[in-house]
Amino acid sequence: MKTPVIIFILFFGLVCKSFSQKTAEVIGVDKLMELINDKSEKVRVINFWATWCGPCVKELPYFEKFGADNPDQVEVILISLDFVEKLDRVNNFIQRRGLASQVYLLDDIDYDSWIGKVSNEWSGAIPATMFIDSKSGKHLFFEKEMQEGDLTTIYNILLN
Amino acid sequence: MLRTTLFSLFAFALFFAGSGLNQGYNVGDEARDFKLKNVDGKWVSMADYKDAKGFIVIFTCNHCPYSVLYEDRIIDLQKKYGKKGFPVIAINPNDTEKQPDDSFDNMKIRAKEKGFNFPYVIDETQEIAKTYGATRTPHVYILNKESGKLKVAYIGAIDDNSKDGSKAKAKYVEDAVDALLEGKMIQKTESKAVGCTIKWKNA
Repeated sequence: MKTPVIIFILFFGLVCKSFSQKTAEVIGVDKLMELINDKSEKVRVINFWATWCGPCVKELPYFEKFGADNPDQVEVILISLDFVEKLDRVNNFIQRRGLASQVYLLDDIDYDSWIGKVSNEWSGAIPATMFIDSKSGKHLFFEKEMQEGDLTTIYNILLN
Repeated sequence: MLRTTLFSLFAFALFFAGSGLNQGYNVGDEARDFKLKNVDGKWVSMADYKDAKGFIVIFTCNHCPYSVLYEDRIIDLQKKYGKKGFPVIAINPNDTEKQPDDSFDNMKIRAKEKGFNFPYVIDETQEIAKTYGATRTPHVYILNKESGKLKVAYIGAIDDNSKDGSKAKAKYVEDAVDALLEGKMIQKTESKAVGCTIKWKNA
């Protein structure tokens, strides 16, 4: 008699799980450097942003679309620089916007200790975006807000 | 094919033109003076400060959360170093059309609310921010007077803890100005920090 109940609970659990939303994984600089140095087949597009940063939020849909349009060629990684105390805010943002890209929250505010490791070309202003092609070893870094079409143009420059 | 390459090169140049790389001052360069409008309606130039030994020039603004986090610390810098000959001058470099929160009127309101004890001037043409090479807010340039010339002595952040100044392990600006006042070498002349991009006018 209890079997249907158990089945229902299991089924309900599965449904919930499939609807469970993405959240940001909190990482340190070591993990960030792993993401940057990863020998992936895909071109990695690493975007540094924060929920409080207007231009970052404005350009996010371009990254989402670029990742969705090129799933086999490109991996979009979003690195939130929000304070770790604001993790809930970041997770709410991810869920409200239905972000599909992988989001990490980098919890290290000793900025001078790691910004230069990411790129010599970065002063620390956000938004900032890094394109990495492991196969050719090419990197491109941009400390600026992207406009529609920019990501495709940069991708083509990187592969040429 | 050639066309594609040319296009790529053009696009490439265009992207990097906007990224502000390798432009502006390095430590050791001579810094130019300016004449910028303060929230009290008066014009501010460094030449007006006859007795200054140098300046703590800070590109900052109203809207950027990092700028806001540092407001009290900037007030403290003026309290501590203004009388020692290194006054603070805060410059808002943002295009106020793109970022209306940083309009001159809003600057006046914020300066009054916080009781700014230093000039808070607007760089309407963005010429000073460009010449200095500022990329973000807040972005500090410490200038030191050497035989009548203003030399860039430090470029970077105020300290290494944007969240809480009392927990900062390194107070870059204080350490640099203290070194200048004691006639010592500055240990750390540059630092990087997360901040808001300067909102440039469309070219």
